[in-house]
Amino acid sequence: MTIEAHDPHRGTQDWLWYLGVPAAAVALYLVYGQLIPFSEWVTSLFPVARDSHTGEAIAFFVYDVPKVLLLLTGIVFVTGVLRSWFSPEKTRAILAGKREIWGYPLASLLGVLTPFCSCSSVPLFIGFVSAGIPLGVTFSFLIAGPMVGPVGLGLLYGLVGWEIATIYLVFGFTIATVAGFVLGRMGLERYLQDWVRELNAGPVGDLPEEQFTLVDRLKLGLEQVREIVGKVWIWVLIGIGIGAAIHGYVPEAMMLQIMGGEAWWSVPAAVAVGVPMYTNAAGVIPIVEALLGKGAALGTTLAFMMSVIALSLPEMIILKQVLKFRLIAIFIAVVASGILATGFLFNAIL
Amino acid sequence: MKTVKVYGPGCARCETTEKMIKDAAAKLGVEVEVEKITDARSMAMAGVMSTPGISVDGKLVHAGGLPDAARLEGWLSA
Repeated sequence: MTIEAHDPHRGTQDWLWYLGVPAAAVALYLVYGQLIPFSEWVTSLFPVARDSHTGEAIAFFVYDVPKVLLLLTGIVFVTGVLRSWFSPEKTRAILAGKREIWGYPLASLLGVLTPFCSCSSVPLFIGFVSAGIPLGVTFSFLIAGPMVGPVGLGLLYGLVGWEIATIYLVFGFTIATVAGFVLGRMGLERYLQDWVRELNAGPVGDLPEEQFTLVDRLKLGLEQVREIVGKVWIWVLIGIGIGAAIHGYVPEAMMLQIMGGEAWWSVPAAVAVGVPMYTNAAGVIPIVEALLGKGAALGTTLAFMMSVIALSLPEMIILKQVLKFRLIAIFIAVVASGILATGFLFNAIL
Repeated sequence: MKTVKVYGPGCARCETTEKMIKDAAAKLGVEVEVEKITDARSMAMAGVMSTPGISVDGKLVHAGGLPDAARLEGWLSA
């Protein structure tokens, strides 16, 4: 844009960004490599035996807090920069022109890539539906966004390894696609709130595309870090606190009884506990790490994590503005079925 | 006198956006009337899908995230 050309400081500021971002990345990487000695040193300062319950819990906590915060910062920054190439408006334009059957997987994919926060899911929902995007495709988008978000995947990769992160990605993506397809087949348009249906033929706003320079994109990434890390750090601490308690105090035999693969009811129980729990991916993954470490079955743990992240009550309350109660109930039932199926499948084959 | 509308459900970023608009207008010496639109129906009618959204004299100029300060001045002085 022409406004930028008049800024005399622009050139020098750009250099700061081009040098500063790689320098910060190297610094974070070096710090990340020192976390084990650091956490062992901090733990040794406490007057407890290292191999006692309390010592184990403290070690888990002081290792995971800096680790998760560093990973989170890196992931949110990279995601913020990448997402500056995407917008809900572009996504809508892509989806509106597609045949319905391709719409589902594409919507799941774009749900992961498109920046949106749950506070704008209502205008986004209406924007999609009023542009003629089928209801089921819109649901695929709304399920995939939170469920297979980069924060969750990145932290899974860093805390429990690439195998489980990949399984989570594949099954999260499949659930979003299939659940959207099933919901689309059910012909649920009549359960939209009346004013939403009346709006279907309404106007669709046109927004001129904003032109970003690379530095603008880096700034957007940093803004995301400030906003998201500033908002979720408390959930991270709570999640790691719970994870540390599990890691230090819960006996393995008890974990096997409650969340082991033998107990068939553990999967539905995990979903029933997970849905009303309100946190986010960054808060739940340290708990997942501790559960798996204590021998909880993978299927049960996946089901727990998916239901915490993908189905949250506050989001349902927001969607109540546009969906009748019946549609919300059907939505929860379909997504929960997909999660249950995933949980049972993994408990059966592993 | 420009009429500026800020679309958003009342999140922290919407408040910040409103303040940025008032500050930019004061800096430029432009008279503005800032109106906050919080209900979903009006947002949908204006074509806002990501919040905060900004319209100036009825024309949508921005949606999603905080506006860039330099661009904001551009919209207000255009």
